[in-house]
Amino acid sequence: MSAQATVPQVHSGSLSWGVHPDDRKQLSADAPIEVLPTPAQVRVPLLQHLGAPNEAVVKPRTAVAWGDVLGRSDAFVSAPVHAPIAGKTARVGAVTLPNGRRVAAVPIKADGEQVEGRALFDAIYGGPWPHDEIPDDPRAIVAAVREAGIVGLGGAAFPTHVKLSVREDRPIHTLILNGAECEPYLTADYRLMLEAPEPIVAGALAAARAVGAQQIAIAIEDNKPAAIGEMKRAVAGTPIRVVELTTRYPMGGERQLIYAVTGLVVPTGGLPLDVGVVVMNVGTAAAVARAVLRGKPLTHRIVSVTGEGIATPKNLLVPIGVSYAELVACCGGLTPDATRAVAGGPMMGFTLGSLDIPVTKGTSGLTVLTDSTIKKAPETNCVRCGRCVDVCPIRLVPTRIALAARHKAWDIARAYHITACIECGCCAYTCPANIPLTQLIRMGKAELPRS
Amino acid sequence: MHDEFRTLEATAESAGGAAPMPALRVAPSPHIADPSLTTARMMIDVLIGLAPVIAMSVWVFRWYAVLQIVIATLSCLAAEALATSMRRRALTLGDFSAAVTGVILGLSLPWSAPWYVGVIAGFIAIGLGKAVFGGLGYNVFNPAMVGRAFVMIAFPGALGAAAYQAQGVALHVVTEATPLTLAKQSAIATDWWPLFLGTVNGSLGETSALACLLGGLWLCLRRTASWEIPASIVGTVAVLAGIGQLVRPDSPMTLAHHLLGGALLFGAFFIATDPVTSPLTFRGKVVFGIGIGVLVWLIRTFSGYPEGVMFAVLVMNAVTPLLNRWVYPDPLGGPAPAPKS
Repeated sequence: MSAQATVPQVHSGSLSWGVHPDDRKQLSADAPIEVLPTPAQVRVPLLQHLGAPNEAVVKPRTAVAWGDVLGRSDAFVSAPVHAPIAGKTARVGAVTLPNGRRVAAVPIKADGEQVEGRALFDAIYGGPWPHDEIPDDPRAIVAAVREAGIVGLGGAAFPTHVKLSVREDRPIHTLILNGAECEPYLTADYRLMLEAPEPIVAGALAAARAVGAQQIAIAIEDNKPAAIGEMKRAVAGTPIRVVELTTRYPMGGERQLIYAVTGLVVPTGGLPLDVGVVVMNVGTAAAVARAVLRGKPLTHRIVSVTGEGIATPKNLLVPIGVSYAELVACCGGLTPDATRAVAGGPMMGFTLGSLDIPVTKGTSGLTVLTDSTIKKAPETNCVRCGRCVDVCPIRLVPTRIALAARHKAWDIARAYHITACIECGCCAYTCPANIPLTQLIRMGKAELPRS
Repeated sequence: MHDEFRTLEATAESAGGAAPMPALRVAPSPHIADPSLTTARMMIDVLIGLAPVIAMSVWVFRWYAVLQIVIATLSCLAAEALATSMRRRALTLGDFSAAVTGVILGLSLPWSAPWYVGVIAGFIAIGLGKAVFGGLGYNVFNPAMVGRAFVMIAFPGALGAAAYQAQGVALHVVTEATPLTLAKQSAIATDWWPLFLGTVNGSLGETSALACLLGGLWLCLRRTASWEIPASIVGTVAVLAGIGQLVRPDSPMTLAHHLLGGALLFGAFFIATDPVTSPLTFRGKVVFGIGIGVLVWLIRTFSGYPEGVMFAVLVMNAVTPLLNRWVYPDPLGGPAPAPKS
């Protein structure tokens, strides 16, 4: 392919579409990462990623150490899961994930010596991250990432080793680290960039070597000047460039980010690798560094527990599989007016019907909203004001698609490219008539006949 | 009826903990909304944008303007209340859309129109222009223009060129014909400054180009009106009238008359920009605006009427559903691939 001949230079970028909600990041932005005390029990779902589910490889009532493999699969698009705490396993049970999917999970009761507090943080993010110890062989890097069970930590949870496995016909020229964190409220990536920039940089270098990228960019929205400063300091002496993005939702969407930073347009239905780009969340990069340089699996992640419905919003380093209820308890509990608990941010997150649900690798936050922050006005007729058209980052006509989906007019929905929708929520956020546009389109995509 | 999502909200059981847990409800994302955007707020924007036009019309036409605007607005509100109660729906006066229709309708009438013309126009505007289609959002034609077109045909004397002109009235401005009638029938060219300021005869809201620009630009800045529509209307008329002036330099219908006289600016900023009856997308809006501009110029230049904004808007309203189907953008990454079968 001739795409390789003209590699666009990464640059600071902006989006002319999208919306600019009040980001409310001040609730938790200044709360340093706090380590959740080891819970009495975790339930580690065997499927936390996009792809094939894992088979449990441990028997019930077995002692496991921190980092032992709990489940794996031979399928390529899959990622193993590991024990986040030391303890004893129990019989595999079922849990319901925030997206409504019921999956098998391995329970572990905490038992024996645990790594706690500052020692845990240092084990995961602290210490030296020597760049010269990154293996030269891309296959070694990919193998380490795969063995560590790393998936995209930004929310989509796509297995990272699949992204890093370059195909002959799709050479990669650019690696973009996604530090946009464009969802309102969430501050997990922000705190990580402030408190642990070194593993992010090391992970970026390792991932770039794995895919053979010539340039690396760390893209951060300009509402996070402290993170921009910290990352600029950390990348000194490396070929990595820190690029500033104007603050605009959904800047952190893969397609939007690539467009803003390189000007390249990912084809509808295609992947970033079709234009020679790999995008990786900053948290994922830190996990890659730990896998490649220390051979350690992904067992913990940073979760923002925030929103007006949380007594004391915090950024927590938590073991995967811990119940949301324990996170809430650690943050002083819910306020009396809390009405909606969202896994993720308020624009794209899934609501939790119960807090007794385990945190997964893709959990970037728990946003608890109150009555006053939730959209509640009654729906009125579309007046075709076209605001949804103005904000759609994919340049669709959301009102036509949504109303076609509501009336099951599939030919119209398809003619208006319903399948190209990324469900970012901008249209429903902005609609003056309070029509649930995104929700209708999402439903339409699910119900759309195959042909 | 269409509440599949509201019924989806269900109280979920609370989890763990000794303290009573607040009930957590589930609903699909997004969970927040822009609080500053509502349909009523958009309609209030239009009323604010109309304020300079109203002020100018009251200054020029005194209590004649007050009377017409009040009559038309009250009629529209009454018609809206009647129509919604006939359909056993909740009263929709609170969305201010009927008030906007009423004010625009009142501003589009001549000062001399008898009171019953305003009343009939108001009821036709809301009744035939909006309610029969299913209310706000479902109408094909701009309701105010439907009402005006009806009374223009039903009462030709009350809305024809002669209606604007009168002797023996305390208002000096109405002793002369409207600028476009003067230009068309008597080949008399009005100076451009009074045209711009609005101290000339005409329908109540159309005389002042200055007031229309002030209110209209504010509407565009608020993005309640799409700037593409007035820009393409005015641009099209400017180009056509400019060519016309080059071809016939002696014509009294100069470029300034086309742009500043008649209802062009009032129509471009306040009537054609009605979102319900104009296209959704950038290209659609531009095509829509060009269409109105061409029709306005054609009617003014070649038909018996001195003015053509109303008919131009109504014709392009009729074409809008077709435009919405014809011009819409491809997604950013190109058309969605065909489903695998």
